[in-house]
Amino acid sequence: METKEMRGVYCDTLLGLAHSDERIMVLEADLMKASGTIPFKQQFPERAVDVGVAEANMVGLAAGLSAAGKIPFAATFGCFASRRVFDQFFISANYAKLNVKLVGTDPGISAAFNGGTHMPFEDIGLMRMIPNLTILEPSDPVSLKALVQECAKLYGCTYMRLHRKAIQPLYAEDEVFTLGKGKVLKDGTDATIIALGAILVPEAIKAAALLEEQGISAAVIDMHTVKPLDEDLVLSYAKKTGAVVTAENHQIAGGLGAAVANLLSTHYPTPMEMVGIHDEFGQVGTQAWLQTYYKLTAEEIVRKVLSIRSKS
Amino acid sequence: MLASEQSKQLASFAKEIRKNTLFTIGNLGVGHIGGALSIVDLLALLYGKVMRIDPTNPVWEERDLLVLSKGHAGPALYATLALKGFFPMEELKTLNQGGTNLPSHCDRTKTKGIDMTTGSLGQGLSAACGLAYAMQMDKKDTYVYAIIGDGESQEGQNWEAAMFASHYQLDHLIAFTDYNKMQIDGTTDEILNLGDIEGKWNSFGWFTQRIDGHDLSAMDNAIETAKLQRGKPAMIILDTIKGKGAAFCEGNVANHNMAFDLNTANEAIAALE
Repeated sequence: METKEMRGVYCDTLLGLAHSDERIMVLEADLMKASGTIPFKQQFPERAVDVGVAEANMVGLAAGLSAAGKIPFAATFGCFASRRVFDQFFISANYAKLNVKLVGTDPGISAAFNGGTHMPFEDIGLMRMIPNLTILEPSDPVSLKALVQECAKLYGCTYMRLHRKAIQPLYAEDEVFTLGKGKVLKDGTDATIIALGAILVPEAIKAAALLEEQGISAAVIDMHTVKPLDEDLVLSYAKKTGAVVTAENHQIAGGLGAAVANLLSTHYPTPMEMVGIHDEFGQVGTQAWLQTYYKLTAEEIVRKVLSIRSKS
Repeated sequence: MLASEQSKQLASFAKEIRKNTLFTIGNLGVGHIGGALSIVDLLALLYGKVMRIDPTNPVWEERDLLVLSKGHAGPALYATLALKGFFPMEELKTLNQGGTNLPSHCDRTKTKGIDMTTGSLGQGLSAACGLAYAMQMDKKDTYVYAIIGDGESQEGQNWEAAMFASHYQLDHLIAFTDYNKMQIDGTTDEILNLGDIEGKWNSFGWFTQRIDGHDLSAMDNAIETAKLQRGKPAMIILDTIKGKGAAFCEGNVANHNMAFDLNTANEAIAALE
């Protein structure tokens, strides 16, 4: 299947929603070109608000708009959508029980040439501390479209990591997605790889194929919603396979790995390993170089699965 | 210009708000009395005359809205809302008690008549911009009012919102600065002076006025004048006295969040009679 630019899918999906629901709005902080929402501005000029380089105001504005019944999708680079506006999102949007859809683009190493200042490895960790917030990272164009539609239907704040670049579809066009329900991409009996996002889910699929060559049957789960975590799915696969490896483009502290470990340690202690960033800042480089440097690869996932098996 | 009868009624309403604010905080024993009392006259005018509200329907879609960005002045607004009948006067005794609908800082999810959650200073004006933008989009004739503190004006987010409101010509947004010249650690002049605050708002493109925040008639005129402007948000800087109307704390820089008992409150209430 042909790759699709994720930001184009994001904008097209919002446009699709906006035609039938006049509450849908787009908010940007001088990154409308980067987020790909200029077509929205062209079709609905009044409903696409560029606030300038003022992210705190963007989130407060979104809170006010949602208090007046609008459904604002506010986007900026993930580093700003999390670190810079944390209190605005926490108090004005979440604590106030409003309906703000915050989008952090260029998650983790996909920030590439923007470098360490723009490379959020901690946004999920910060956001997981906000009660009742829904946190997601779609892995492909099909799930992105479906999950943005789900976010619009849900009353409540959401934080979505949006990989902007062109991505190969993993799912058939008519695949159905539900927030909080992970997708089993491949079944398995010996280990479970729980992965997140457009970089690590494809790596997890590759890893499972590599393991298959060694006679190890690994299940692959696309855990597109980090919070609320699909606890039933995690527990059932932990019980079924007895070994769990998480993989994410984020710090292992506070991220998907931590969420899965929290659950398993209290409900069904299971040998576990985590692929992700190990207490390091971001840095500049090509995405491919960064992926190798930070070991966000199929080979590393394989190594972690083998490591669990060697201890058991 | 307020008619004399209306002026008397509003002065009397202000006195009742003041008394009940003193009671509410005195009954608890501690609270943000100074900055609550400094905005009482404005609240009396807004809820006694200016704002279109329906206490029996706090979420009426055609109502005017208030964002009390200096959310720590909540008790003055609670007294106002209770006197207007949004909820029973008896509830004022529950301020800050576990499970209350009246927390120290305003919470739209808990209190009937509170339009926006505030308390983390600097955030309210952005929310007010969002409300005003939505009203403008929906072609409503409602107004959004916002009250920010003078110390709060030191928060940078206000100035992001100020640029926004001016750029998007939010002329149904009328904001007030409660310029009582004091903040927690001292006077605003000592801590971080606001400089030419009128000039600042003017230069950000707001229609700016400055008047006595305890003069009901002057405030009413200023609001009427603000409503005549087209294409500009309005800022009304109110010269006020922190702790206005209660001798034990009026003009005392320690009154931001102070302890006092019901006896002290009752003496101040009696003195207002």
